[in-house]
Amino acid sequence: MSEMHETVLEYVIDEYVDEDDDLEVGVDTPLISSGIVDSFSMVSLKVFLEKKYKISLPDSEATPEAFDTVNSICELVKKHTG
Amino acid sequence: MAYSNQTRDLFAAEIEEIKGKGLYKEKRFICSPQGAEIEVEYPEGAEHAHVLNFCANNYLGLSSHPDVIQAAHEGLDQRGYGMSSVRFICGTQDIHRTLQNKVSKFLGMEETLLFPSCMDANAGVFEAVLGPEDVIIADRLIHASLVDGIRLCSAHYDTFKHMDMKHLRKKLELHQDKRTRLIVCDGVFSMDGDLMPLDEACALAEEYNAMILVDESHASGFIGKTGRGTHEHFGVMDKVDLITTTFGKGLGGASGGCVSGRAELIELCRQKARPYLFSNSLAPSIVNASIKVIDLVSSTTERRDKLEWNTKYFREKITAAGLVVGGKDTPIVPVMLFNAKLANDMARDMYAEGIYVIGFFFPVVPAGAARIRVQLSAAHEKEHIDKAVAAFAKIGEKYGIIGLDKKGIIEKYGM
Repeated sequence: MSEMHETVLEYVIDEYVDEDDDLEVGVDTPLISSGIVDSFSMVSLKVFLEKKYKISLPDSEATPEAFDTVNSICELVKKHTG
Repeated sequence: MAYSNQTRDLFAAEIEEIKGKGLYKEKRFICSPQGAEIEVEYPEGAEHAHVLNFCANNYLGLSSHPDVIQAAHEGLDQRGYGMSSVRFICGTQDIHRTLQNKVSKFLGMEETLLFPSCMDANAGVFEAVLGPEDVIIADRLIHASLVDGIRLCSAHYDTFKHMDMKHLRKKLELHQDKRTRLIVCDGVFSMDGDLMPLDEACALAEEYNAMILVDESHASGFIGKTGRGTHEHFGVMDKVDLITTTFGKGLGGASGGCVSGRAELIELCRQKARPYLFSNSLAPSIVNASIKVIDLVSSTTERRDKLEWNTKYFREKITAAGLVVGGKDTPIVPVMLFNAKLANDMARDMYAEGIYVIGFFFPVVPAGAARIRVQLSAAHEKEHIDKAVAAFAKIGEKYGIIGLDKKGIIEKYGM
């Protein structure tokens, strides 16, 4: 797992998973389609990625599909960090 | 474009998809005035059933109160049927001003502006007040209308975990670079029946130089010692900057909403809020009836006290019956079932027992948090509540969930 995968996964768990939730989240776990992250609170993840990696993610690309797993999120970030 | 068969099939397929996901909302017709006991035609075409209503927002039982109906009649007789105008052209009567002033006094706020609904108030307030230099920091379980309003606004937005004050603090720290920060929450959350800890949220707002907006739709008229709302309950009536609320729930149940708060913010709504500017005025009958409602709830706490008693009684009895309930201290009592099919099946069986309740599941509530939401009313009598609890016990027994905790129910039915 790359450093970026680790950072994003750690953020997702910290931000969206409650301590008493009996959930195991990995880099392939569906986040949006499973209801762990809803479309409204997805914005917090976008805010984090933009600040952390100093990028700007256009709304047309920051879609529920692109944000559905840590793997797909990292792919999107890599595209913008070059 | 002609509405061709191909076009028709396209939309019909979407409806089938909704049905396939189990999200289709069936038609249900109430054939009596709203109240604790109602006549229901369900499914469509079926004979009317006489049932006890435990799913209305009729918290104070004012939907069919004779004094409120009388006031609505007087509004019709004295000010006519409709205004045929938006407020700022020729749609503001003296009674609109009277209602605004009375609401301001009741909520303890500086000014109030009426909207056609609280949905409209929430759609308009953010864009009117904030800009791209600002940030909205919202609880993750706020009402859908607040979500829509936030999305219509050019301000940045971020979210914090439901009622998690540590997380809110973190987000306030993160956004200190913005011009203004606006914390947004519900006073009482409509699906969980829990109360936002407004004392803590207001303290954080002061510490981090933020404003706070509270949607009080499920609180106005009955939360707090004299029913002013969640800000009264937590002793922070002077700390909240904006309240949005409705006349469509506890405060009469017809329609209409408002934004109440700091004078400058309300003036900006009057100048800029699009649902206010481009939608018709609230009808005189509703305005006059709402004035009567505010007078009633200002003069006595009798109905609010009865609702509090009913809430305590139901919560005690349903817990003693061995069901898992959520929330605390509010008349919204989610009976937690976790599994969507179980919630749906039990609600259907409850209806057959003469108790009208509805199952809620993802995406209306988070996945794995399906429930039947019970709403108490001051119109309920003790025997109504006893009957509802008995029905829950009987149906709960049928499904083998009596005495099971969250883990037990999930083990039996899955999430």
